[in-house]
Amino acid sequence: MTIEMTLRQDRRSAVADSGGSRAAADAGDLRTEPRAVRIIIITIAVTFLSIFVVLPLVVVFAQAFSKGIGAYLAALSDPEALTAIRLTLLIAAISVTLNLVFGLVAAWAIAKFEFSGKTFLISLVDLPFSVSPVISGLVFVLLFGAQGYFGPWLASHDIRLLFAVPGIALATLFVTFPFVVRALIPLMQEQGTQEEEAAISLGASGLQTFFRVTLPNIKWGVLYGVLLCNARAMGEFGAVSVVSGHIRGETNTMPLLVEILYNEYQFVASFAIASLLAMLALITLVMKTILERRLDEG
Amino acid sequence: MRIGRRDSLPGFGLTMGLTLTWLSVIVLIPLAGLFLKTFELSPDQFWSIVTSRRTLNALKMSFGLAFAAALVNLVMGTIIVWALVRYRFPGRRLFDAIVDIPFALPTAVAGVALTSLFAEKGWLGAPLAALGIKVAFTPIGIFVAMVFIGIPFVVRTVQPVLIDLDPEIEEAAASLGASRWHTIYRVILPSLVPALLTGLALAFARAVGEYGSVIFIAGNLPNVSEIAPLLIVIRLSEFRYADATAIAVVMLLAAFLIIFTVNRLQRWAQIRGSATP
Repeated sequence: MTIEMTLRQDRRSAVADSGGSRAAADAGDLRTEPRAVRIIIITIAVTFLSIFVVLPLVVVFAQAFSKGIGAYLAALSDPEALTAIRLTLLIAAISVTLNLVFGLVAAWAIAKFEFSGKTFLISLVDLPFSVSPVISGLVFVLLFGAQGYFGPWLASHDIRLLFAVPGIALATLFVTFPFVVRALIPLMQEQGTQEEEAAISLGASGLQTFFRVTLPNIKWGVLYGVLLCNARAMGEFGAVSVVSGHIRGETNTMPLLVEILYNEYQFVASFAIASLLAMLALITLVMKTILERRLDEG
Repeated sequence: MRIGRRDSLPGFGLTMGLTLTWLSVIVLIPLAGLFLKTFELSPDQFWSIVTSRRTLNALKMSFGLAFAAALVNLVMGTIIVWALVRYRFPGRRLFDAIVDIPFALPTAVAGVALTSLFAEKGWLGAPLAALGIKVAFTPIGIFVAMVFIGIPFVVRTVQPVLIDLDPEIEEAAASLGASRWHTIYRVILPSLVPALLTGLALAFARAVGEYGSVIFIAGNLPNVSEIAPLLIVIRLSEFRYADATAIAVVMLLAAFLIIFTVNRLQRWAQIRGSATP
């Protein structure tokens, strides 16, 4: 089960229902609590969310700008920061591209055909969501590390996967694996196969059918999956931390640099990078809300 | 896996082949490697690693605090979801969106932010220190970070169920003379139980495996404030692969057990949902 995907479904029903529950709140003395109780519950909810969610976010920006905007910009234009930003963008581009292609292929096979073992296959696709980030990195160390299964062979052929870009990309691919597929399967299942069957019977090839009929129907779903996949790829910390080797100016992504600078007490620099990631998170949330509205409209 | 019927669309063989290959390369083979590595250990070796004092303490820390945090998420999540679904108040939509931030914020960012907030000179750490409560670099800090990352789970699993709840049942209970508290306790709460338990299990699973948002605030003292995922990382850096693998397998099996439970809970919820039309 993927919580990111259920988010979209409840949003769908939340939008549909907001009119109904307002009517109930207005008319309803039967379905609501005394005024004092209402105020207490709202106060608890708002206070809790403000302390635990809003404050941490505010702290990031307050710390980043605590020595003024000059120090902030200097921290971001540091060569090490720029290398980390570039590496993060590269890793995100690799994992979004591969997951997009895989997601489309897998969603076609899973959503458009009936076969036994479908539920089991979907739960295998979901597997990375329930694995601890550290373990997602560990599995690649066990395969490709010095003591790993392929370690000696890779070393004798002078191929470096671990503590280098390929290892970071593999670990990121693992943790972002389900995002695009899981965004597409329910959407494509809902749309059925009639339009595609019509195109095929009119003489279109399989690929033509996919690009002309299927893809336009699922474009918002594709964007939705890509958005969540990208956010996770750029923000992943645990898995990447295990396989990166923390080589300065080489294998540090933005989240890893946040950690290194923080541990060196370079708080402004650390929070400056963190503020970029926080902005990424906020933009992702806003775009997610917009896409959810599009998806609801159909 | 066999094709059930001949379909009219092309490309099943090709796309299924590619899917299974890619799934195996990225997910299944790496995970299988972890289990294979465990079989290189004798049962005695495995047992002595897992029951060594430091490992046991780290596992207790991760599982115990994750469960405590999930319980807080259960209570607070229920209050938040009730406020968001049942009441109108200024900023309601904003707070609804804010619930997702722990999902969206990269864990390392959450980690440094919470640490700075709860450190002795931090905005919340300073007043708490005046009361004699030390949060950062203690197990309480780990607990706070786990509460943070677990917030969305209960809210987002219970929200759709509470929204779809049939208003007539409540109105019937009320018009038959049940008090408001009685209606909530006897009518509404029971129909939320599967969703509440699912949210609890998901928050627990996430907190057990959590690394990024916890390690900054944890203090990371062996046996005192060291979580299991961190111990895996430490063992790896010491090249004690067997130790790292054994701890990872215990955590992975626990994660599988939790997914299994969640799946059963959802099936239960579906049966319940279809029983009340």
